[in-house]
Amino acid sequence: MAYDLIVIGGGPAGYVGAIRAAQLGKKVACVEMDRAGGTCLNWGCLPTKSLLKNAELYHLLKHKADEFGLSFDNLSYDWGKVIGRSRKVSDRLAGGIEFLFRKANVDYFNGEASLLAPNKVSVKDADGNVAEYDADKILVSTGCVSRPFPGFPFNGTTVIGSKEAMVLAEQPKEMVIIGAGAIGVEFAYFFNAFGTKVTIVEMMPNILPVEDEEVSQTVQKSFIKDGIRVLTNTKVTGTQETAAGVEITVEGESTEVLKADVALIAIGVQPVLPKGMELETDRGYLVTNDQYQTSSPGIYAAGDIIGPPWLAHVASWEAIQCVEGLFTDHQPKKVEVFPGCTYCQPQVASVGLTERAAKEQGIAYKVGHFPFQASGKAQAVGESTGFVKLLFGEEYGEVIGAHIVGSEATEMIAELGLAITLEATKDDLEATIHAHPTLSEAVHEAASQAYGHAIHIPN
Amino acid sequence: MPILIEMPKLSDTMTEGTLVQWLKKVGDTIETGDVIAEIETDKATMSMESFDDGILHAIYVQAGEKVPLGARLGLLLEEDEEPPAEGAVIESTAPAAAPAEESAAPTASAAPPAAPVAAVTDGARVKASPLARRIAADKGINLSQITGTGPGGRIVKKDVLNAKPGAAPAAAVASVPSAQVIRPVMGEGDVRIPLTGMRTIIAERLLASKTQIPHFYLNIEVDAAPLMAFRKQANQAAEKNDKANKYTVNDFILKAVINSAVAVPDVNASFDGDSIVKFASVNASVAIAVDDGLVTPVIRDAQDKSLLEISVAVKDLAVRARSKKLSPNEFSGGTLTVSNLGAFGVDSFDAIINPPQAFIIAVSSIRKVPVVGPNDQIVPGLRMGIGMSCDHRVIDGAIGAQYLSELRRLIENPALMLL
Repeated sequence: MAYDLIVIGGGPAGYVGAIRAAQLGKKVACVEMDRAGGTCLNWGCLPTKSLLKNAELYHLLKHKADEFGLSFDNLSYDWGKVIGRSRKVSDRLAGGIEFLFRKANVDYFNGEASLLAPNKVSVKDADGNVAEYDADKILVSTGCVSRPFPGFPFNGTTVIGSKEAMVLAEQPKEMVIIGAGAIGVEFAYFFNAFGTKVTIVEMMPNILPVEDEEVSQTVQKSFIKDGIRVLTNTKVTGTQETAAGVEITVEGESTEVLKADVALIAIGVQPVLPKGMELETDRGYLVTNDQYQTSSPGIYAAGDIIGPPWLAHVASWEAIQCVEGLFTDHQPKKVEVFPGCTYCQPQVASVGLTERAAKEQGIAYKVGHFPFQASGKAQAVGESTGFVKLLFGEEYGEVIGAHIVGSEATEMIAELGLAITLEATKDDLEATIHAHPTLSEAVHEAASQAYGHAIHIPN
Repeated sequence: MPILIEMPKLSDTMTEGTLVQWLKKVGDTIETGDVIAEIETDKATMSMESFDDGILHAIYVQAGEKVPLGARLGLLLEEDEEPPAEGAVIESTAPAAAPAEESAAPTASAAPPAAPVAAVTDGARVKASPLARRIAADKGINLSQITGTGPGGRIVKKDVLNAKPGAAPAAAVASVPSAQVIRPVMGEGDVRIPLTGMRTIIAERLLASKTQIPHFYLNIEVDAAPLMAFRKQANQAAEKNDKANKYTVNDFILKAVINSAVAVPDVNASFDGDSIVKFASVNASVAIAVDDGLVTPVIRDAQDKSLLEISVAVKDLAVRARSKKLSPNEFSGGTLTVSNLGAFGVDSFDAIINPPQAFIIAVSSIRKVPVVGPNDQIVPGLRMGIGMSCDHRVIDGAIGAQYLSELRRLIENPALMLL
């Protein structure tokens, strides 16, 4: 059987690339060794958003019910159902991908793919049967898995990665999270909301170190208020499994040994290279040119496997760029501007440059700032933590960066991604009527504030 | 209020115009829409209508004079209006960088297009980001002359930064050639003839083409016998009926050239700085000799036109070209050109590309020559030479050859071009 395109990996890069190629009239197969949807649908983005919704709801009822005039006795939760809802969401979505494959006439193979040649792939199914397929082009989108902490390998129970953390049969009493990127921070919020005693350890001066410093500080303050122990500027110098769980030695302001039932390692990811042919890599990730071609002509790669940023939405975009480059006259582009989101409460979302990056690049900029405290809608819904911070190019006033921390930050960032893609200026943001009352009015006001004419706060 | 009559901009590339003839004289009453003069542009002679009512009080430019865009041609006064004092300066109504008005009337602009002007759109909608617009306005760059690389061809910041202030289209970059060439020495009896607008534009465009475009040339000789037989058949109807269309050899060649461009679409393109623009339509420019020069009007969307439609269109263009009745928009947008010197008995030639197109087809005469027949005997045959000049930045040798091979197939099997 000969295909125009065989996609290895059914995650956000793979399934999207496969469907797009099929839309372009190509004969396409997608090979996935676990379950369609990849890490995102099964072990990442979506099941964790399900868990975080449970956590937000529980947190709201537990700490803010009285503010809203609600009262009840014996508020409790069923851990198994919390986890169960998350798995059901994954199951439904993964089934949805298989449905999309059928609708698009993409052949879906469940098995392990191996690159035999630049135009030949073998697939070994669960029973060990091997079949070979010819392909004019191959797209590798095999993704990444959690990176283990050096000298402290995953054991599935007390030393775990994000995948295990979202299906823990029993809620840990104490947890140490190593790494305060988006994954570490989201799990810190989740477990803490349900009463696990959480300590989060970060080597850098702030949690969410890639975000704007003010944003990180706001989340950090909120976490500390919620009872999470946040250790920044702190290094892990020793790790040990014990009968009771784990003991982690950290060096920060002081040296101490943290004891917990479970250590969640959230220090990043590592690539999962396809079996078979060896392709050129850089720090473990597949090297691709402007057309997403790997070192072997005919073999292309997109998504987490070609390196940072490891984000589902970037992976899907890359796969579409690659596939359109292969089968249309489209000139593929490589990722430049992309939004990044963290779904703890308050949420964090950003796109474009941080102040730090603008300074490093020597770009003159202006800052606009608007706190949700001054937003009518934020007051009405009782979510007044956070702010919108916008960066504009000094000379022409174009949007160069946007940073939002607040209850709906992740739903608000799209406007600013569009603004940057369209090279909108502060005039365009100001000229756009933002509905009242919404949290998005804060975007409008932040733009005005940068130029000294915000209405609802001093400029 | 006194109203100045100025040299209007009648075509995209026009920078100056010659006042051929005044059709009104001083003292005449003029109403809006009256034709007051004939103007020769770089492309055609056109009627100039008045945009105002009044009495023609003065004429500043005499017949035969050539003046830049926006120059004062005459003055209109209202009835009973006192003429302005001798020497009084009457302000031009058109500021130097005024954006083109949206009205259908041609507008005057004192700035030639090659000079830096404000980021105006020349009337046509330009897709550009707000940031790109700001930078362009700041740097005095005309967005209409920039190719966008953003989503959907939008002009983005990068494109404006890569453009040079005041950048003009390639054709207008070259200065008038007489400033650069070795000048002739004039002797007794020699005559100096000032360039007409048309000769100036021919000089500019072809110098730019030959010096800026890396030309290469491909030549084939095709068997013209099937085409001549086919044409004879097609024209039998015309012999009996005066009203039936009479097809020329050139009609068939045009049709074959157009169909071949559809079959090998890579040739139907233009080089544009950092990209190649591929055209969806085949717009065929037809080189037509006129008094003192040549013009290349365009048959638009030629891929959708039948042989009959093409034949009728060429005849119409030729008649109107010779009587200088073509409008400026009939010259723009060509994607390929056919130059046919067959009627003049030329055996073989190569043409200069008509920029910004990527190739031009040169058609020579059909000659009766001895050819090697099917059984290796020498027999009389009809042969026609065809040359193709290609812009190597767009068309590589193999693509050009592929195009010519398709062209040969159609000319030698003329029935195929009607399928």
